[in-house]
Amino acid sequence: MPGLEDLYREIILDHYRTPRNRGELAVPPARHAEGHNPLCGDEITVFLDVAEQNGVDVISDVKIAGQGCSISQSSASMMSAAVKGKSVREVRALVRKFKGMMSIDTGEDDPEVDVLLGDLEALQGVVKFPVRIKCATLAWNTLIEALDNPVPSDT
Amino acid sequence: MTVDWAAVRDDFPILRREIDGAPIIYLDSGNTSQKPRQVIETMNEFMRTSYAPINRSAYRLAGEATDRFEGARAAVARFINAPSADEIVFTKNATEALNLVVASWGGANLGPGDAVLLTHLEHHANIVPWQMLAAKQGFELRWVPLTADGQLDLANLDRLLAGAKAFAFTAMSNVLGTIPPVARLVQAAHQAGAIAIVDACQYVPHNVTDVQAWNADFVAFSSHKMCGPSGVGALWGRIDLLNEMPAYIGGGNMIADVRLDGFTTAPVPAKFEAGTPPIVEVIGFGAAVEYLESIGMAKIRQHEMELTRYALDTLTARYGDAITIHGPDNVELRGGVLSFAFRDIHPHDISQVLDQRNVCVRAGHHCAKPLMRLLGVNATARASLYLYNDRSDVDALSNALDGATDIFGF
Ligand SMILES: Cc1ncc(COP(=O)(O)O)c(C=O)c1O
Repeated sequence: MPGLEDLYREIILDHYRTPRNRGELAVPPARHAEGHNPLCGDEITVFLDVAEQNGVDVISDVKIAGQGCSISQSSASMMSAAVKGKSVREVRALVRKFKGMMSIDTGEDDPEVDVLLGDLEALQGVVKFPVRIKCATLAWNTLIEALDNPVPSDT
Repeated sequence: MTVDWAAVRDDFPILRREIDGAPIIYLDSGNTSQKPRQVIETMNEFMRTSYAPINRSAYRLAGEATDRFEGARAAVARFINAPSADEIVFTKNATEALNLVVASWGGANLGPGDAVLLTHLEHHANIVPWQMLAAKQGFELRWVPLTADGQLDLANLDRLLAGAKAFAFTAMSNVLGTIPPVARLVQAAHQAGAIAIVDACQYVPHNVTDVQAWNADFVAFSSHKMCGPSGVGALWGRIDLLNEMPAYIGGGNMIADVRLDGFTTAPVPAKFEAGTPPIVEVIGFGAAVEYLESIGMAKIRQHEMELTRYALDTLTARYGDAITIHGPDNVELRGGVLSFAFRDIHPHDISQVLDQRNVCVRAGHHCAKPLMRLLGVNATARASLYLYNDRSDVDALSNALDGATDIFGF
């Protein structure tokens, strides 16, 4: 078995200890989605503010609520830092790339968008612990769900 | 006669398996138990020499298979001191046994204005079927609350039971280990005019079970948690109730006659055993109860009480306030199921660190989400003990936990 240092990298533990973008956004105008990992009971809620800037939809703010293990929490925190300020199209490309790193086939990459994983590469070690892939991808699947959710109306 | 527990451990081939050059420390028997060679060999031998359809064919081999199958039913009946083997219905597992009672007995007996009493200790298997039926038939669900140390709070039991038609409760919690006073609860249910349904899925594998001493109406349990194979479980029920109840799943084996305009049911237990049963697994289930009987359930309970005491003492002496073990401290009132919180480290991370040392525990909600919410947690780590565990396993757990401190001790 690979060593735990492959899994619990320092940057991961840092995001776990001091998670970024914790909290909630008012719904509406924000959209949100809840994710559950039935295996371990982890729960996560992703809140997104999407605003139009120069004709493109951009994630203007993101907040994460919920509880979970170090991998699900740090992955959510790193994700929130990575998507803030990116266009929705870039975010979708990033999700595909991240899931690709988790060895989940997501089909073709978007040829016109170039996104880098950056710090997220620290989560690469998770692939060696297949049981934990679900932990690492929970926030990402929930993010996509929040993007796909219709914006709630005021009424 | 004292039991040679090292020899018992040797009966379980998987415990000799090594991963990364070290043996497995199996502390997840509350989830599912390991299998002794006696069970493995019986199933193997049956398939090699005696496998055939049961109850259907006239040739000698089929007769032999049917006799073995019914022999297993008799063994299971004896194991829980059922008055008659006809009162043992083989199901897929305890979950299906409980669903059978809820759908068949509940379906025929519950409606608006009725109430069923459950407890906050229950596994989803003894919650969700009731909720499903309540949504259709509109009866009320009530709940027995818990005391601070995870026992049933029986202060208002009579009030909760007033007007209830059934009281369904676990005989041993799969999360806290709590062993409620079953006979007393059954008596209270009967005094209130309710039937008593016991989820004994955790209890039967670890204790002497006497359904007549309990005086219960239904008792459900699973083979896979008691050294037998997965895929089979049992419902014991009072013959008069089983006779009155409508059939549950329809098909072959459960009928007396079928005509174009309807059917009549076979006598109990066939009435509730539609289709080809898990034949080999039932044979294995029979071998499992015979194996447990050969050691003695009272001795197994004694062994587990001593080991549970050792585990509680070892972990609290070493980790003090850094560890919280849920449930009663008195081992007379609990089984060897230790759900714990450790230094605010998420159970999933604890399980990961323990797995690095081959220590297998469960991390999660244990199919008891309402209870998790009451404990104020999303999940716990749970170490659960069985007859093949010994002090070295508890020591391995205790030592491996230190590894979690190294990584997460911030
Ligand atoms: C108390 C209790 N009831 C019911 C069940 C359900 O058992 P099965 O999954 O074998 O149907 C379990 C299993 O975890 C249990 O612990």
